[in-house]
Amino acid sequence: MRIGIDVGGTNTDAVLMDGTSVVSSTKTPTTANVSEGIARALRDVIEDSGIDTAAIDGVMIGTTHFTNAVVERKHLTPTACIRLGLPATVCLPPMVDWPLDLRDIVGGNAHLAHGGHEFDGREISAFEPDEVRDIAEKIKAAGLNAIAISSVFSPVNSIFEEQSAEIVRSVIPGANITLSSEIGRIGLLERENAAIMNSCLRQLAARTVDGFKAALDELQITSPFYISQNDGTLMNAEFAKEYPVLTFASGPTNSMRGAAFLSGLKDAIVVDVGGTTTDIGVLQHGFPRVAALAVEIGGVRTNFRMPDTYSIGLGGGSLISPPSHTSPLSRGESTLKVGPRSVGYELTEKALVFGGDVLTATDVIVAGGSQDIGDAGAVADLDRDLVAAVQARIMEMIAIAVDRMKTSATPVPVIVVGGGSILVTGAVEGASEIIKPDHFPVANAIGAAIAQVGGECDRIFSLAELSRDEALDQAKQEASDRAVNAGAAAESVDIVDVEEVPLAYLPGNATRIMVKAVGDLVEAG
Amino acid sequence: MRIIDESVLEDLALGAAVLGTGGGGDPYIGKLMARQAIRDYGPVELYTLDELDDEDLVVPTAMMGAPTVMVEKMPNGDDIVNAFQSVGKYIGKPVKATMSIEAGGLNSVVPIYCAARLRVPMVDCDGMGRAFPELQMVTHTIHGISSTPFAMSDERGNTVLMETISNLWTETFARSVTVNMGAMAMIALYAATAAELREAAIPGTITLAEEIGKVVRRARLEEDNPVETIRAAVGGYLIFRGKIGDVERRTEAGFAKGDAMIDGIDEYAGQSLQLSFQNEHLAARIDGEFRVTVPDLLAVLDVDTGEPITTEGLRYGFRVAIIAIRCDDKWRTPKGLEIVGPAYFGYETDYVPVEERYGED
Repeated sequence: MRIGIDVGGTNTDAVLMDGTSVVSSTKTPTTANVSEGIARALRDVIEDSGIDTAAIDGVMIGTTHFTNAVVERKHLTPTACIRLGLPATVCLPPMVDWPLDLRDIVGGNAHLAHGGHEFDGREISAFEPDEVRDIAEKIKAAGLNAIAISSVFSPVNSIFEEQSAEIVRSVIPGANITLSSEIGRIGLLERENAAIMNSCLRQLAARTVDGFKAALDELQITSPFYISQNDGTLMNAEFAKEYPVLTFASGPTNSMRGAAFLSGLKDAIVVDVGGTTTDIGVLQHGFPRVAALAVEIGGVRTNFRMPDTYSIGLGGGSLISPPSHTSPLSRGESTLKVGPRSVGYELTEKALVFGGDVLTATDVIVAGGSQDIGDAGAVADLDRDLVAAVQARIMEMIAIAVDRMKTSATPVPVIVVGGGSILVTGAVEGASEIIKPDHFPVANAIGAAIAQVGGECDRIFSLAELSRDEALDQAKQEASDRAVNAGAAAESVDIVDVEEVPLAYLPGNATRIMVKAVGDLVEAG
Repeated sequence: MRIIDESVLEDLALGAAVLGTGGGGDPYIGKLMARQAIRDYGPVELYTLDELDDEDLVVPTAMMGAPTVMVEKMPNGDDIVNAFQSVGKYIGKPVKATMSIEAGGLNSVVPIYCAARLRVPMVDCDGMGRAFPELQMVTHTIHGISSTPFAMSDERGNTVLMETISNLWTETFARSVTVNMGAMAMIALYAATAAELREAAIPGTITLAEEIGKVVRRARLEEDNPVETIRAAVGGYLIFRGKIGDVERRTEAGFAKGDAMIDGIDEYAGQSLQLSFQNEHLAARIDGEFRVTVPDLLAVLDVDTGEPITTEGLRYGFRVAIIAIRCDDKWRTPKGLEIVGPAYFGYETDYVPVEERYGED
């Protein structure tokens, strides 16, 4: 049996799963001490089901803790950055695009050195070991132990990053080093940013992961535990301490993976309705479609694989502004508005059905008769036309957002999850069917529980020397090797995604190839 | 003369993306370069063409190459200075100022870096009034101004200087040298005097870009309709609102070409617009009839936020508003249409100015 836990900003959800069935589930408020919240959620599901802790094969934990640390600028370790690429890139040194407050905390200790590659694999300049050694001495003198190393086109060739790491370790034994090539894609600043964030989160990651371990020990759970990554796969505790940034945005990913599992669908649109916003994402082959553009975390642009989600200001707590014919500001009649303002987590105090005095989307749904929540009498007098208009408007908002995330006009199944799912009362235009699976409020914890392990390869191949098939084989092999290194059973590894992008304005048939492989966890013991 | 400082860069980059008509490269890296140079060396003086003396020499600066490479191997900074100074050295006269050759996209902001570094002014004009995919597609070509002496520099300190018999030849040679330089080079070209530029360049385009960015930002703050605000700011015409249906893409001779089919919404319901692009949005057909073509501008905007949508960003399901903007009159001459008219891009239609179809304001 497996336990999946999702630690969100508001709630900590947990599920106990036996194979593919949900044995028990719980939702508790997230605590300031993340480990305490996890311990409580674990205790709840174990006691609820009455199982023996020895029957637990694995505990999978998804957490927003590391994202929040960057957003709130807390628990960050000052980190130096070494970039290899001179004489290129001088005009934009490391951390040049960071918010100043965050740069001050992380330290802004940045160095440029020779090295780096061209897109076709040529060296920009020769690597100079002594130069890197001098920089390492300076970093050591500044009292820093955390270091990020980036090199121009390191996704094509990472040799200079690796050689630099070796030199830095010889000067600063036990240094905490992140190589940009291990984390990000093409896009030097964004990849370097992600590497710096990773190093500055490692101390926190070690403490947090050890805290998880302590919580499990306390409950005498001896099974291995894993942390969710943002691509829907797992990493073990040691790996999570090394790569905390890979947890960024794992929440929406787990929610979508859970939706895929609960509905049995691999290709669908997932609509996750919360209290204030609705997030729409796309499942392809059972995994979230990845955002093509840069994603900002705490004001810093990064470019590693995040789920491509589109958010609209619609949720259970959305405020309703009825149309008014007398608004002095309007150019004509003002129209009915649902959201984006919301009572949010205060829904259970402020909504009419809960004795409050604010008209929310939830009140309208209750008035419509499809749900029995709170005091339905409080909304019995609502204007029928208004109720119908709001329901139609909600469905229109969802339909437009769903349409935006689709890739063609072909109708696709839509899976609705999240606490605000009651808002979906009819058909969605462009949807082949609407599925509201059981256990929809804890889809995220289920997504954590069922996760596999994966690996990927993303780099530019020059097809001047390799044939296209050779390049694809090489990329697939790299992705599979990484999945096995991350803990996948070799015989179970499967290639789930292959994407080729021929590059404009480049000669020699340069092609960017992205491959993703996943496999089942090697069973412990 | 007025001052370009850090505070206007966001607006300038957003406006440049509107004038980029879907291409011209992401201004992000250029904006960061300009910001850093202003922080390190101080703000830049922006002159109008009228404020310059007839004999003042102006050398535009730009980036050339693959956008994918620019986001990975950023310039040194000395490279752009080398390109700029090499042209002046070859001509043997002092250079008064730099300017943007392409007001749309990345190259609207790149010259700010050069101007800040060297403490030279920038001139408020450009050679396109928008973005175009090839180097000879500038109003300078109409007026017989040569792209050479043409300098291209890499981060290592190499500079290649060329003299050619036509601007089309410059384009040909420059593409292959760019590849040797790592698929990206900093370039300086189309040196001209202020007197020549008063005839040949499109004036006021940097200010126009900044103005567009400013009104969009304000409209978003005030929850006004940014699309209408942009239309009013550029004196353009709203020609369509619709939902992107099918997008078909193909790569031909290194250019990303394709067509998007857009189904009308609101008062355009029942109509269908075919948007054709090659790096930039080039032509719009409604129900099969050409309605707007190059050299007039087509800005494709997110219907709610006014955010310009690039040719790579065209995706099924996006709701867009399409605004047509009249191009500079220089492009409407026989010589101008020969360089960038619908026929050059392979569209079998005569050019009809946008205001003839959509009426004067």
